[in-house]
Amino acid sequence: MIPASFEYERPANLDAAVRVLQDGGEDAKVLAGGQSLLPVLRLRLSYPELLVDLGGLAELRGIREDGDAIVIGSMTTHDEVLKSELVRQHAPLLAQATATVGDRQVRHLGTFGGSLSHADPAGDLPTIALTLDAQLHATGPGGPRVIPASEFFLDYLTTALRPGEILTAIRIPKLGAGWSTHYEKFDRVAQAWSIVGVAAAVRRSNGSIAEARVGLTNMGTTPLRASLVEDELSGAAASAATVASASRSVTEGTHAPNDLAGHADYRNHLAQVLTRRAVLAAAGI
Amino acid sequence: MTAVENRPAAEIGQSRLRKEDAHLLIGRTTWTDNITLPGMLHLAILRSPMAHATITSIDVSAAKQRPGVVAVFTGQDFAETQGSIPCAWPVTPEMVNPGHPSLAVTQVNHVGEAVAVVVARDKYLAQDALEAIDIDYAPLPVVLDMEAALVADTTLVHGHTSSNRSFTWTFESGAAGTGAPIEDTLRDAEVTVRRRFIQQRLIPSFMEPRSTVVSPNGEGVTMWSATQVPHILRTMLALTLNIPEHKVRVIAPDVGGGFGGKLQVTPEEVICTLVARKLGKPVKYTESRSESLMSAHHGRDQIQDITITAKRDGTVTGLDVHLFADMGAYLRLVSPGIPVLGAFMYNSIYKFAGYRFVCEGVFTNKTPTDAYRGAGRPEATFAIERIMDALAGELDMDPMELRRKNWIKHEEFPFTTVCGLTYDSGNYEAATAKALELIGWDELRREQAERRARRDPVQLGLGISTFTEMCGLAPSRVLGSLDYGAGGWENASIRVLATGKVEVVTGASAHGQGHETAWSQIVADQLGVPFDDIEVIHGDTQSSPKGLDTYGSRSLVVGGIAVVKAADKVVEKARAIAAHMLEANPDDLEFAGGSFSVKGSPGSGKTIQEIAFAAFAAHDLPDGMEPSLDSDATFDPENFSFPHGTHLCAIDVDTETGRATIRKYACVDDIGEVINPLIADGQIHGGLAQGIAQALYEEAVYDADGNLTTGTFVDYLLPSASDLPSFLTGRTVSPSTTNPLGVKGVGEAGTIASTPAVVNAVVDALKPWGVQDVQMPCTPERIWRAVAEGVGGAATADRSAEGTVAYGGASTASSDGSGEGEQL
Ligand SMILES: Cc1cc2nc3c(=O)[nH]c(=O)nc-3n(C[C@H](O)[C@H](O)[C@H](O)COP(=O)(O)OP(=O)(O)OC[C@H]3O[C@@H](n4cnc5c(N)ncnc54)[C@H](O)[C@@H]3O)c2cc1C
Repeated sequence: MIPASFEYERPANLDAAVRVLQDGGEDAKVLAGGQSLLPVLRLRLSYPELLVDLGGLAELRGIREDGDAIVIGSMTTHDEVLKSELVRQHAPLLAQATATVGDRQVRHLGTFGGSLSHADPAGDLPTIALTLDAQLHATGPGGPRVIPASEFFLDYLTTALRPGEILTAIRIPKLGAGWSTHYEKFDRVAQAWSIVGVAAAVRRSNGSIAEARVGLTNMGTTPLRASLVEDELSGAAASAATVASASRSVTEGTHAPNDLAGHADYRNHLAQVLTRRAVLAAAGI
Repeated sequence: MTAVENRPAAEIGQSRLRKEDAHLLIGRTTWTDNITLPGMLHLAILRSPMAHATITSIDVSAAKQRPGVVAVFTGQDFAETQGSIPCAWPVTPEMVNPGHPSLAVTQVNHVGEAVAVVVARDKYLAQDALEAIDIDYAPLPVVLDMEAALVADTTLVHGHTSSNRSFTWTFESGAAGTGAPIEDTLRDAEVTVRRRFIQQRLIPSFMEPRSTVVSPNGEGVTMWSATQVPHILRTMLALTLNIPEHKVRVIAPDVGGGFGGKLQVTPEEVICTLVARKLGKPVKYTESRSESLMSAHHGRDQIQDITITAKRDGTVTGLDVHLFADMGAYLRLVSPGIPVLGAFMYNSIYKFAGYRFVCEGVFTNKTPTDAYRGAGRPEATFAIERIMDALAGELDMDPMELRRKNWIKHEEFPFTTVCGLTYDSGNYEAATAKALELIGWDELRREQAERRARRDPVQLGLGISTFTEMCGLAPSRVLGSLDYGAGGWENASIRVLATGKVEVVTGASAHGQGHETAWSQIVADQLGVPFDDIEVIHGDTQSSPKGLDTYGSRSLVVGGIAVVKAADKVVEKARAIAAHMLEANPDDLEFAGGSFSVKGSPGSGKTIQEIAFAAFAAHDLPDGMEPSLDSDATFDPENFSFPHGTHLCAIDVDTETGRATIRKYACVDDIGEVINPLIADGQIHGGLAQGIAQALYEEAVYDADGNLTTGTFVDYLLPSASDLPSFLTGRTVSPSTTNPLGVKGVGEAGTIASTPAVVNAVVDALKPWGVQDVQMPCTPERIWRAVAEGVGGAATADRSAEGTVAYGGASTASSDGSGEGEQL
């Protein structure tokens, strides 16, 4: 299909981008990899008058180490994330989830920042950002600010980014020693969105689970943390039985969608099974 | 294969790389959408958002003012000239055909139906102007459920008809004299098993969307179209629009797949022609994928009520089939014939005494259905292979044992079935034995028992499909007896050029199958000329004027034989010329390796190239002989061909999540002699993918308002190579006895055979839970529900919320479907 016509700008630096975006007002939209935005335009579900392409902003690309965190530029592509030694070492959960995103073509164009800004509850990477307690850096007319992932995802396709704000970088704290992670994605074909996804990060010490984090994909209008499960697991024995029992609490506070890909009751069931599997895999039980 | 024995370096049987692929791989293609003509205008089509409504007003004035817009037309503009999309298969004399306007005039009957067309200087401007068209619709109640549609006093899809029933087509072996009266077998049954199976609605999903370019010229038109059937299209276009047939030229350039989906005379083709003629300008229309999914014809969509009877020892006696077949809103080219094509296949390879087939064609407010790979035969194969498993369950018999007991033994061929068809050849025992070995059946059964015993959450299921199909459509006389509007012959001509190079003209219009390679291999052997010296010409009614095109696994079995016949004529004439040149008696010549020589003195001969030049120069030909070595032949088969095979599927079913993952898939197909094993394997692999897709993935879903909710490939799920196992394929060869190549056809085998093998495997995995059926596609959710419902559960839970109103293209209560279309 063919999108309605729009203007196109490709600013050369971040300041210019912020300015152009501000000038464009409500009818301007940021274009990153275009993997989510272009289909929306082509189906004529959205009619922006101006697209501000961030493709020319070298400063938004790349992955670097910064003390106890790694910092990923928002325009870093999924493929670059996958190939990064830093990510593999300090945020393997992100690498594992990114490998499940779309296909090779999508991963070469789509960006980490685009995925978070788009905030599709079926997207895998928002869950990862939430599970890893990422800090999201944004810049706009009001200057730079930092938004914790836990405050970033507000609703279906809605984030805390203000009009005219650009997500610039994602800071992910390194998981220290003793942590291990796993992402369990359930979809029907290899290249598809999660029907449900569960991310688990577990720190083990002496036969018990010292700390656990569980993030959920597509169990509500935003990515969610299963805090009840996290609480039940923290300090519990690292056994299949405790994990299975804790996993049953996963649906607490979720609102699974009811759509073509699955009814809510089925998703609730899946969430329990996948949580158990994700935690067991992460904990190496 | 006697025709080609004793030839050095036979081409037939070689895995030649396909000669048509190079230009496709490097992008030097002529897809219809790549065609640009001087002054060409672009069309965009406005489609109905309503499933059933009266058009109360249309205002196109604003659209006409949009930049670049040349004209805007509605159905009113063409009401007198557009005729009706033709239906060439009135299956019964009483069949109701309500008529099918290309552009809706006063009423719309399915979402996606064309209601207006914008003509503009480029496609972007055309698309933009669509939004300026203002239409008021008065909604009518929507008809979606086939059974509800047949109830008296219900809403009619077409107000001017008296019922939503288009036809009832019946076959009964007692009345036909081909077997026992069905009532007798039903009455005398020791065991009776009844099942209702749902053939969900599928979308053919060819890779190249449909596209049409029409250039008016004088009284006539030249049309380029992404079609499987340029010849049929030419004739039908002429009849529909009252254009003299000789003034219509149809070209099918590179065509990117069809699977039956381009076996059609489409509203879009008619609209392009009407507009081009009205404006006197060439026009192009290319659909988007979304338009394709909702407006190109769909396939399957049947409710199958099946009753099988047997003796307690497992001998089957009777088969009673009652179908509801969803025609959608209109009858297209062969819509009514599709379920009827299955009529002779439900009995499959088994020896039934009595048989009945009743099919009711029903109108609903959905996209019309028509041919999709297999067309009627996959549905039949599914039903019989599923009910054989059900009967085995009822008798507590091994499902393979039950099949063995009932199938036609190889020494019984030729065998005339309860439908009156004569199967010429086959060997079900051999194919089955080979398939069982290929997959390692006994070992898998042991593993299954072991996993059942330890209650492994991932259970193993084993599924069987011992299938046959009827291919090579079709003997013209048989088609006549079925009220089909045309014959089933195929034409070929051969032109031997002065330099000995050869042009082969075929009426079978290829769109991805590999005819150019296969036909070259055949002719290389028949004439003894090098493979590379042969050019195959097809797909243009001017250069290949006679033909009935490509569908129904007919190209090789009918078109390929026409090529052989044409080559025979070339050889015959060449022999006379050679005899004249060698001053020998024609009967004393032998023809081998492309040259004629006097028997007993090889090396003394004349090559076909020398003879070709002699025929061209014509300096010294036998008295009265016409110069040229050209020939023309039309072949009308005397019978169908009957490929068969045994397909086996081993599937892992995760009973916690419901996910079914095919672990091993083995098939042994008997397609008779094989011209090119590489092409045959390609057809099998692609066919398997599509058949497996019906079992596990694909389903067109409508909501309660008649909206297609699977309107993009996000929701209409197609598997890719990464979702499919590496197939184990094998072959047995029982040559067809009704054609000189011994070939049977391979285009649909994989699709026809595989679906029940997979579903049988899924159900087998769930046997410990007492599950008897899982509705297709066997989604993880349906499988999970089947496990949860346990004993006797039929797991018909469809992908819909409450308020379900229809099978096969099941409905959801509303179209809120959060996320759908937006998860991109
Ligand atoms: C076939 C296919 C399969 C896919 N499968 C998956 C999958 O399995 N899992 C998954 O998680 N994702 C999947 N995706 C989506 C993919 O991850 C996209 O790359 C991602 O959602 C959007 O990233 P993008 O860079 O393409 O953003 P764009 O499409 O360019 O933008 C998306 C939205 O974010 C906004 N935006 C982008 N960047 C910024 C920024 N820096 N600051 C502010 N706003 C911004 C845009 O304005 C737009 O609204 C798939 C996509 C496709 C096409």
